[in-house]
Amino acid sequence: MATGIKDKVAIIGMGCSKFGERWDVGAEELMVEAFQECLKDAGIEKNDIQAAWFGSCFDEVNVGKSALPASMALRLPNIAVTRVENFCASGTEAFRGAVYAVASGAYDICLAIGAEKLKDIGYGGLPEFSSAMGTLNALWFPNATAPGCFAMLASGYAAKYGIDMKDLKNAMAHVSAKSHANGALNPKAHLRKAVTEDRILNAPMIAYPLGLFDCCGVSDGSACAIVTTPEIAKKLGKKDFITVKALQLSLSNGEEIQYSAWQGDHFVTTSKASSEAYKEAGIKNPREEISMMEVHDCFSITELVTMEDLHISERGQAPKDIMDGVFDLDGKVPCQVDGGLKCFGHPIGASGLRMLYEMYLQLHGRADKRQIKDPKYGMTHNLGGFPMMNVCSVAIIGKYDA
Amino acid sequence: MVGITSYGGYIPRYRLNRMVIVQNMAWYFPVIMAVAQGEKSVANWDEDALSMAVAAAYDCATGKDRKQIDGVYLASTTLPFADRLNAGIVATALNADEEGVACSDFTGSLRSATTASISALEAIQAGSKNNVLVAASDQRGTKMATMYEMFLGDGAAALLFGKDDVIAEFKGHFSSSYDFVDHYRGCGKGADYTWEERWVRDEGYAKIIPETIAGFLKKYNMAIGDFDKVIFPCYFKREHANIVKKLGIDPSKVQDNMHEVCGDTGSAHPFVMFISALEEAKPGDKILVASFGQGCDVLYFEVKDKIKDFKGPIGIKGSLANRVELTSYQKYAKFRDLIVADLGIRGEASPNTSLTTLWRNRKMILGLVGGKCKKCGTPQFPAAPVCVNPDCNAVGEMEDYEFANKPGKVMMYTGDMLSASVDPPAVYGLVSFDEGGRMFVDFTDCILEQTKVGLPIKMSFRRKYKDVTRGISGYFWKAIPQVKE
Repeated sequence: MATGIKDKVAIIGMGCSKFGERWDVGAEELMVEAFQECLKDAGIEKNDIQAAWFGSCFDEVNVGKSALPASMALRLPNIAVTRVENFCASGTEAFRGAVYAVASGAYDICLAIGAEKLKDIGYGGLPEFSSAMGTLNALWFPNATAPGCFAMLASGYAAKYGIDMKDLKNAMAHVSAKSHANGALNPKAHLRKAVTEDRILNAPMIAYPLGLFDCCGVSDGSACAIVTTPEIAKKLGKKDFITVKALQLSLSNGEEIQYSAWQGDHFVTTSKASSEAYKEAGIKNPREEISMMEVHDCFSITELVTMEDLHISERGQAPKDIMDGVFDLDGKVPCQVDGGLKCFGHPIGASGLRMLYEMYLQLHGRADKRQIKDPKYGMTHNLGGFPMMNVCSVAIIGKYDA
Repeated sequence: MVGITSYGGYIPRYRLNRMVIVQNMAWYFPVIMAVAQGEKSVANWDEDALSMAVAAAYDCATGKDRKQIDGVYLASTTLPFADRLNAGIVATALNADEEGVACSDFTGSLRSATTASISALEAIQAGSKNNVLVAASDQRGTKMATMYEMFLGDGAAALLFGKDDVIAEFKGHFSSSYDFVDHYRGCGKGADYTWEERWVRDEGYAKIIPETIAGFLKKYNMAIGDFDKVIFPCYFKREHANIVKKLGIDPSKVQDNMHEVCGDTGSAHPFVMFISALEEAKPGDKILVASFGQGCDVLYFEVKDKIKDFKGPIGIKGSLANRVELTSYQKYAKFRDLIVADLGIRGEASPNTSLTTLWRNRKMILGLVGGKCKKCGTPQFPAAPVCVNPDCNAVGEMEDYEFANKPGKVMMYTGDMLSASVDPPAVYGLVSFDEGGRMFVDFTDCILEQTKVGLPIKMSFRRKYKDVTRGISGYFWKAIPQVKE
């Protein structure tokens, strides 16, 4: 009988590069930047690492295929390195690979690293996707972009709950304003300016009803984690270390986009993955027990709807909770405490690990001006693909003895 | 009895008032003002002769069993493929049978539609075919500030010929052929090269049409006065009237050349005018249809009683009524690639068309055929090896299920300014079909501001992409939200 991942694996070190338009460096430098911080934090030698997982998504424009770019950039000692790609969950997938490897007993110490160099394509937004969707989809899928696909969710959500698009836009604006305020406090964030809700509401339209500030940034970055067993962590002299409490993944099976039950108002996968994660972590009431979270705010509407699928907000109540400040830095369940994708941008392979990095800093009390008082559980969430066809990952971490 | 068993029409929704052309281009060539009456039909940026032909063919097949069609002929001078049977694409889009069906392209002349019709009718008369659908369509490129830019419109029409439930009996035909070159379009050229109008009028239209009609009358020992309606194309309005006079026809018995409502639709025009006449015809009417293009075909039909019960197609009348004014000449010019606007680096993406993938999935891509699970009855797109119904998940139980004519509604949508589009914002969304099944699909013939969740949709066959590098146009279906004015 499976017992889940809770407390079987400890995170003993993390690192995160400065995110942004890193015109000066490539993915290799970004990885080394994150990795050096991570090694120092873990207090181990590079040669102590026995296997590694590398997350990157747009290999065509990023570092290329295979895990060689990570193995070579970090000069890893000819160990097993595996490249993983699962849309926006790629970073969390790398983490999952390393965590499961340690939990299996196959290795003592593993590395998870994610990196994405998005700003080498010559245009804004995520890389064009039509050559990477498969030969059949290329013949019929709409000429869609990420903002367009998630914008559709706003129309579905508004229709389901009979909300006026203006009111929904107001709640979405608060989502973005809150994240910008948090990002302004974070030296590693790409976008570090507070933005008013008024400016957000009056920004140029990208994909109706999403305006410019409803969309996250596009950045280069890398983040990584070193994991081991709690026993080894103790042997290494680690006190108050962090362990993985839950690690879940859920993928669409085609029902949303092909069957007639889903109403276009939520994420089937997030709803499932978060429920499983709470079960795995032993969390009964997430709204009360989750101290803070980093969710996949690729677009403001994504974050809004996700509050319901994480079972933090009741169905149809996310706009109200948002306007009530529940997810603000000083709210009941602070969300995007580091500024989120909104301010860090979304170097896809790195994002999941960047989110864990903030939770890790917060749990260790190292989050400086953003520090939340006595956090117990930090949750991260990624959502890749489209609202009607996606990959979702949820991770919960906390203190070992918590 | 052999003749017409159904008709269908498609005039694209956009109409360009000719004064818009004048306002923008008369500075360059003031003569265009002389023919600036009314409006011309303009294909949307995602339409071409082939997609319009499919629209007309679907309209024509309304209420008919498409599996009974054993011939699909396509007449046009602007087909997207020089070597790939364009009519075969129409047949696949119609989800007609493949075995036992003959398809053919009739091209190279503006009279291709009547030539194709004679060929179809003779095959049926000979007993070698039963139901042949002839679609005619043209979407001709024209240069800016030319008479052709003023005269020509875009459109398509289709006739179904057969032996059962004939609404207009085929009674005879006569043809003439001359290498009279009033205009030509060399291979690879985007627009026609035209000769002096006076010569085209006087030596072309005004001689060849009357002489061929005279030949017909002689062959069948008839008089022009025997006909209730005489139809022939001629984009010069005044010359059209002159020919009427020359033939000695009562002007009330002549079909209008439709200059003011859509312009000359090329290969489709004899059909477009003929169907307009059929839409008003009564049993017993004798109709003479002539075409013009390196000679002339004359066909004679007699309208039958069955026309009284004939209902269903949108036809020319219906599609003319579905109109939206294109008020921007620049937009028209961009749609026709007359001006260059930057699509950006994002717009450079051009995945190759996998011909193996297309072959395996031709029904799905061209015919919008999905699957219906034989176990649980759930319609789904695409047809998958495992049923999508979570309570079923049957393996290998899919049967063909056509989505093209199924009613559906907008479920989610957006208007995307980031997407590289000729006509931003790119509107697309998720469509939910009333009888089951969903589709993530581009929308067309709509504007974002009028699009709403819950609006009914109709599916329309469109050009999905044009791969200029490799020379292939890809086709798929789009949803048209049905906005009630």
